[in-house]
Amino acid sequence: MKTFLAFITKEFRHVLRDKRSLLILLGLPIVMMILFGFALSSEVKNSNVAVLDYAQDDASHLLIDRINQSQYFSVQQYLHSEAEIERVFRQGKVRLVVIFPQNFQEDLLHTNHVQVRLIGDASDPNTSNIVVNYASNIFRDYQNELSDNKKLPYSIETETRMLYNPQLKSSYNFVPGVMTLILMLLGAMMTSVSIVKEKEMGTMEILLVSPMRPLLVVLSKAVPYMVLCFIDVIIILLLAVFLLGMPIRGSLLLLLAESLLFIITTLSLGLLVSTIVDSQQTAMFLSLVGFLMPALVFSGFMFPIENMPLPLQIISNIVPTKWYYSIVRAIMVKGLGFSYVIKQTLILVGMTVFFLGVAIRKFKIRLA
Amino acid sequence: MAQPVIHTHQLTRKFGDFVAVNAISFDVQPGEIFGFLGANGAGKTTAMRILCGLLSPTSGEATVAGFDVYRQNEEIKKHIGYMSQKFSLYENLTVRENIQFFGGIYGLSRQELKEKTNNLIERVGLHDEADKLVGSLPLGWKQKISFSVAILHRPKIVFLDEPTGGVDPITRRQFWDMIYDAAHEGITLFVTTHYMDEAEYCDRVSIMVDGAIAALDTPAGLKKQFNATNMDEVFLQLARGAKRSDG
Repeated sequence: MKTFLAFITKEFRHVLRDKRSLLILLGLPIVMMILFGFALSSEVKNSNVAVLDYAQDDASHLLIDRINQSQYFSVQQYLHSEAEIERVFRQGKVRLVVIFPQNFQEDLLHTNHVQVRLIGDASDPNTSNIVVNYASNIFRDYQNELSDNKKLPYSIETETRMLYNPQLKSSYNFVPGVMTLILMLLGAMMTSVSIVKEKEMGTMEILLVSPMRPLLVVLSKAVPYMVLCFIDVIIILLLAVFLLGMPIRGSLLLLLAESLLFIITTLSLGLLVSTIVDSQQTAMFLSLVGFLMPALVFSGFMFPIENMPLPLQIISNIVPTKWYYSIVRAIMVKGLGFSYVIKQTLILVGMTVFFLGVAIRKFKIRLA
Repeated sequence: MAQPVIHTHQLTRKFGDFVAVNAISFDVQPGEIFGFLGANGAGKTTAMRILCGLLSPTSGEATVAGFDVYRQNEEIKKHIGYMSQKFSLYENLTVRENIQFFGGIYGLSRQELKEKTNNLIERVGLHDEADKLVGSLPLGWKQKISFSVAILHRPKIVFLDEPTGGVDPITRRQFWDMIYDAAHEGITLFVTTHYMDEAEYCDRVSIMVDGAIAALDTPAGLKKQFNATNMDEVFLQLARGAKRSDG
């Protein structure tokens, strides 16, 4: 136990003295949270709109006003002919053009039927989709207000409720995502690099001829990173709650316990890498390409897994990040209890045991 | 004669078809400075790894500090010190922290550790540098500290794997003074080197060629046997016949 403590003390000194690593370890989660929270948002706000208003009546003015007042749009330009539409899109100044036909108000009130054209810039398909949706909502609201006074003969009204995240805030999506990515990256990369570094420096040899058990050598190298990763989890959660106003609906204790489990998973992956490679560069490269890429693609954080071709959907199951991501969302966003994440937890435990087992086996073979 | 600290008999290690160490037999006495010479690829490192308990032999027998290399390698590790040709302290820890760490993993008590740390700093003359990062010290000093750390836990044997590589002659001389001091205190030193002048400092020297021990005697005895004026000539005569090199 004394040797173990001596080792951990030394390992902490390493980490704390290496300012660059420390900056990555503690700075990265903060930078990512702030980036995703304020700069990289999947909500589309303040889109520029151009209006071509043939009607120039009260109804069209009212609607233009409403579009302008919404947080999603700002009306930039008033056009005078259809020929100008092409030009404003080419210049890339606006995302959406709204065209009101002549006699808009009259037709609306008397024939009960009128067409407004929305033209979006689909060179960026996702954004234009979202923008057109926002605009349609404004028109629908107006229509509902009008029809309150009259009875429509037939009408199907859909009442939509977005459960768990009624405002469709993107932080609900990216906070679990950032947690997953950070832990995957730091856990696997930092551990493997620090172990491989000892190999490169030749100090591993000294440790191996010491009475410390080889397995203990490797495990105690992982301990400081476990602590640091856990601090990262806490930093991210604090930022999420106090800076982005995202609630933690489920049990905090459960969330932390599951995070610890996932940290152990990534550390064992790091150990596994360190038994395979012999240089720090290779370790770093392997962690980036082998872990970060799949973590990005297959966690469901950026791309919905349901939309992937079946072979990729199957592959996604062997990526540990997918399971942790789903656990965090279940606990944080939906407020579910342990009974709902048992499956994912068991899968992570299984993976951890597997990675650790292989790593230890490999480590022993190397020594023989 | 006392019980030898290292005893090997027909010690062999194969890697597949390759016989890295071929039936070597020798004894090393307590307090002896034993030179272990050989060209690159002659099998020195493999033999040393076996004696340190890092590698199991394929056949033959060997005991180190009275412990069997097959079954008791954890016991062996407690009774040996090791210093490698590659620099073996942590560059981003201070001298004091390095000493504390290595003392710690050898299980020294806090009190013992404190005493020994101060002792060591005194002996090497490092008062002003004790709290500097090792990385900022010159190579010669690093190696002196490295050696002092390797004998910190009073091992029976210290293995020195090319300890003086890249060091100037004056520092090398000082380093050997430390080795002599350690030998006087009863520590056995097992040294590999490529410097033939250093071979002259050893009590006995063995020269490995192609995995086997080609000669083993005192430096004087070897020079007489090969009719040479210095160890350089002895080594060249033996190594020239080698079939393997750089492996």
